[in-house]
Amino acid sequence: MSEINAEQVAHLANLARIALTEEEIEHLTAELGQIMQAVEKVSEVATPDVPPTSHPIPMHNVFRDDVVGDNVLTVDQALAGAPESDGSRFVVSAILGEEQ
Amino acid sequence: MARAELMDYDQALELFEPVIGLEVHVELNTETKMFSPAPNPANSKFHGAEPNTLVTPVCLGLPGSLPVVNGDAVRSSISLGLALGCSIAPSSRFARKNYFYPDLAKNYQISQYDEPIAFEGSVEVELPNGRVFRVPIERAHMEEDAGKLTHVGGSTGRIQGAEYSLVDYNRAGVPLVEIVTKPIFGAEADAPELAKAYVSTIRDIAISLGISEARMERGNLRCDANVSLRPRGAEKLGTRTETKNVNSFRSIERAVRYEIQRQAAILAKGGTITQETRHWHEDTGTTSPGRPKSDADDYRYFPEPDLLPVEPSPELIEQLRAALPEPPAAHRRRLKAEWGFTDLEFQDVLNGGLLVEVAETVAAGASPAAARKWWTGELTRVANAKATDAASLATPQQVAELAALVEAGTLTDRLARQVLEGVAAGEGSPQQIVDARGLAVVSDDGALVAAIDEALASQPDVLAKIRDGKVQAAGAVIGAVMKAMQGKADAARVRELVLERAGNGG
Repeated sequence: MSEINAEQVAHLANLARIALTEEEIEHLTAELGQIMQAVEKVSEVATPDVPPTSHPIPMHNVFRDDVVGDNVLTVDQALAGAPESDGSRFVVSAILGEEQ
Repeated sequence: MARAELMDYDQALELFEPVIGLEVHVELNTETKMFSPAPNPANSKFHGAEPNTLVTPVCLGLPGSLPVVNGDAVRSSISLGLALGCSIAPSSRFARKNYFYPDLAKNYQISQYDEPIAFEGSVEVELPNGRVFRVPIERAHMEEDAGKLTHVGGSTGRIQGAEYSLVDYNRAGVPLVEIVTKPIFGAEADAPELAKAYVSTIRDIAISLGISEARMERGNLRCDANVSLRPRGAEKLGTRTETKNVNSFRSIERAVRYEIQRQAAILAKGGTITQETRHWHEDTGTTSPGRPKSDADDYRYFPEPDLLPVEPSPELIEQLRAALPEPPAAHRRRLKAEWGFTDLEFQDVLNGGLLVEVAETVAAGASPAAARKWWTGELTRVANAKATDAASLATPQQVAELAALVEAGTLTDRLARQVLEGVAAGEGSPQQIVDARGLAVVSDDGALVAAIDEALASQPDVLAKIRDGKVQAAGAVIGAVMKAMQGKADAARVRELVLERAGNGG
């Protein structure tokens, strides 16, 4: 049976950039454990002849033509929702760590 | 930062076997992006657009926006996979790679993880010494490029200490194919050359397929080089480093060589290599540590729920296979024969990563000899001085135009070199530079005759000698005339005219 511990929850919270208190971690560890048990049930019926599914509808190859659309934004539209900009680019706070 | 200690290259090779792995990102040149109908800046038509003008709500990760796959980008990816000798997956999926960094607004990159579109191939790479090496390909997968960050403030301009960053999302969503090799064994001392020749071969393939502009200086083609060393006789692979930011052919070779020498020095002293990302610095020719591999590399991949599987039909795959250009090795053999180059001449072209440039220059009307001469000669010299690749300095059309001007007698070789320097400095087309700098050969005999008469008049002793039949004395006059013409005269014609004016002509 899958289990999740407080350490893993804290790790996930860190990756997701969510600040959790000790109490919240404890609470979520229990809740996530229950969710994982529920998911576990699905595995019980998923025999090897059932392929993994990432989409509920069996469709594939939905492509679009390589043509520029009519929803290209102007720079003003693009920046309209930005908390801060220099008029052409988004301003974000200093990034600690390294460039990707 | 202290300069890293390096071991002598030959000594490093005696003690250790280098194992390299290369990741090459190829930006596709489709009209639009991978998952959005925004114009694609990796297509020349849209290159250089103002920041944040090539974006749709999808590129900005705006709520409610949904990605839709660009069919042409998929076909280009399949063609590239086939050209790399890969199998094409009958079914492949996109996956989310989750990380927080403002180069992508939606906090994940759509990539492929466990089901890449192409896998298990190989590519034949020819080294400058004639050795042919088969590089094994692990996979080629589709993904989207990230936006561009400019760091502002801070004392160094580097990311540490930056006060804020400016983000341009034009590049966010550009279709990319990432080609990953398997660990490459057995290259030995040729490892740095092989890395360079491999990337050059990938570039040739991408260009012959017409799927990418493949200009390294524009970032259309980017390489990360993994290097590890293992002691001679050891089974187990050593710890590897991944060097990023390697953006020219010459730096690929230098970066791999540097890492071999750096790691060897550490290992020989009993030290250990830290598995980390390192950054290449073109100016100093060194690498420096980036972030170590850590928790941040826990990308929590999962299948992209907004996209459906890609299942190319066998008919489509065969149709794309039938349309493939000839394989790189055959292509090179054919060009070498067509151009009539010696082995040495052809290797010169390959070493400079200039096969495509020379081919396109020839296609634009230049003779193969002239195309080779300008690319591997003057342009390579200027490129070395500027620590860049010759291909970034001029276009094949410009070089063909220059060759035509020389052919027509408008330029001497000497003047042509000056014009090329102008082209490399971005001053315009050869004809524009000739006009702007007044560099054309003076073909007006009147002007030459005037200068000759003046030179003869000022050197009566020389004139007397020439009249005595001592033709070689004419050299002094020719020199004076060339000087008066600021080198812009055809020396052979000047000689003819000098003898004629001195009375010994004809």
